[in-house]
Amino acid sequence: MSMVIDWELILQHSPALIVAIPLLGAFLTPLIGRIGPKVRNGFVVLIALVTSFFVFLLSNDILTNGSIRTYVFGGGKPLINNRFAIRILFEVDGLNAFMIIIGAILVLVAVIYSLKYMKEYTGLDKFYTLLLLMSVGMFGMMMTGDMFNLFVFLEITSIAASALIAFWTSKGKSVYAGLKYMVISTIGALFILFAIAILYSQYNALNMAVLASSIQYSFLDKIAFVLLIAGLAMKAGIAPMHMWMPDAYGRAPASISILLVGATQASLYALFRVTFTLYGNNLTAILKHIELDLLGNSIEFDITLNGVLGILFIALAVITIIIGVIMALKQTDFKRLIAFAAVAEMGYMLLAIGAAITTIGGIDPETGAMIIPAQGLMALKGGIFHILNDALDIGLLFLVAGAVYYATKETSLNKLGGLARNMKYTTVFFFIGLFAVAGMPPMNGFASKLMIYESTYLINPILAIVAILCSILLLAMFIKVLHSVFLGPKIPKFKGVKEVPKTMLFAMAIIACIIIFIGLFPNIVVENIVTPATEALHNFSNYIGGILI
Amino acid sequence: MIYNIPYVAVVALILIGLYTVVFKRNLIKIVIGITLIESGVNLFLITLGYRENSIAPIHTSSSQGSIMSLPIPQALTLTSIVIGVAVLALMLSLIVHIYRHYGTLNVTKIRGDEE
Repeated sequence: MSMVIDWELILQHSPALIVAIPLLGAFLTPLIGRIGPKVRNGFVVLIALVTSFFVFLLSNDILTNGSIRTYVFGGGKPLINNRFAIRILFEVDGLNAFMIIIGAILVLVAVIYSLKYMKEYTGLDKFYTLLLLMSVGMFGMMMTGDMFNLFVFLEITSIAASALIAFWTSKGKSVYAGLKYMVISTIGALFILFAIAILYSQYNALNMAVLASSIQYSFLDKIAFVLLIAGLAMKAGIAPMHMWMPDAYGRAPASISILLVGATQASLYALFRVTFTLYGNNLTAILKHIELDLLGNSIEFDITLNGVLGILFIALAVITIIIGVIMALKQTDFKRLIAFAAVAEMGYMLLAIGAAITTIGGIDPETGAMIIPAQGLMALKGGIFHILNDALDIGLLFLVAGAVYYATKETSLNKLGGLARNMKYTTVFFFIGLFAVAGMPPMNGFASKLMIYESTYLINPILAIVAILCSILLLAMFIKVLHSVFLGPKIPKFKGVKEVPKTMLFAMAIIACIIIFIGLFPNIVVENIVTPATEALHNFSNYIGGILI
Repeated sequence: MIYNIPYVAVVALILIGLYTVVFKRNLIKIVIGITLIESGVNLFLITLGYRENSIAPIHTSSSQGSIMSLPIPQALTLTSIVIGVAVLALMLSLIVHIYRHYGTLNVTKIRGDEE
């Protein structure tokens, strides 16, 4: 007798299971918590492991076969009758697969790290329930193929995240940071809902692929586009609306900060999906034809949407990077400093994608893909690759800051010092995170940042100069942190400080190993994971074709 | 013209809401502003589904030739209202905590305390 596992069946249902398992697990957690904290912790780890298992199974299938998998809720096929799709569906292509891998790594690490880090606090049943709910929202945002569903998952993520940021209710600042996050993300979400309503009123559809295939780029569509970009950029922490990030990242428990990085990137993913897929057909639309008469020579040129949009993204990105780095320089709080570095890192991704958008030359009528020159393609790859690297680097730094807080109950850089002797492993992990964030050669940050520098240099050298300069400043700043927290003379107050528990070290070690692996073999990752994701982004007609059979 | 009145109300609600969120310093008023924006968006959704002389979209109550209003925007609005309640409850409970810590609801004073 041998058990035959029907992998195809499991794969078919994976998109739903990735959301369903943590959702069920979240609401079972308080019940299981009645038995005892150990059982509950084991249960939460189990849920995270099972979810990650399905994520890796699904991503592996999609990234190796280059296929698109759809899962339709409440029916076998999306109901298409004269292009009228009313079913909610998940559609997973290369980019979605890439994003859920990041999500799975972050959730797994956050859960393992929380076990000891949060041990001494009460209300942990609720903590783990919210943590799993937040990952539900994150995975949902990364996989859904329906605009309204995107809004719902966005709100699930923000409600759970805001409650978690304010988890330490005994600290006024935490609660205030939670409220700030809630206000910003609710307004952003309402913008998005308004845009969805505008789109629905014109095309009678909520499905992203159906909308993308029928969008006419009318005046109302332009309004919807602006609202979507504004709403999603707010949630992704892009420059003028970045001010919630340092508070939220800095005041939340460290394991929540790392999950928040994932939630922010889910919003960034949605921004790219809207730009490249939903408005993909109109991205090269001519906004204005200009004829100038200069000294007898008549000059004619077109202002295209992708040119304007690309420059807007680049401008926002440069402002984000500069604000992030400059504000980080003057911080004296360990976690807030990393939070501002996270703001800057967000800018790098947007910079690369914005630079890539400016180079789009049109849409190939045969394949339906966007025509992008080599440097644009490299910028796109660099930007996508950096999403993964940023999640790992900034995540690791947050965990290190959390470990320092766990051991010393102190986050002020002025009061910390000389911890390297007592916390050897944490210091090593900080080294790895520091080099990775600053984009130094042996780490993963170098691989993606080099791609961004090279490609933006070909598009416009000034962008590359800004990017490199700010990276150097990041390095300088973290060297300062290294010096003031880990090196220097021993401070008597921290004489009895011990290394953090093994599970916390294990969580940090997972990320550190991935960072070093990607840093040593970037080609493997770029070829197998990043390239399919990039292709999914600019080959957007595949996504549309995925359901319009 | 008369059918445009809901849309005017939508824009008015959203603008008043945004004004409140941006310019008011009291946390409760900011929350009220958010609920105003939300009402505006919900009203917009409901208006989209309305048809003249239409009846509620219930299959059994339909007679020959009667027009039903579109059910999907109503389903969306219902979902949005439910989410709105959760958001409102969470924000108000956070404000209760903030008041306990700072003894004020004025954003400027709370921020001053932080520095």
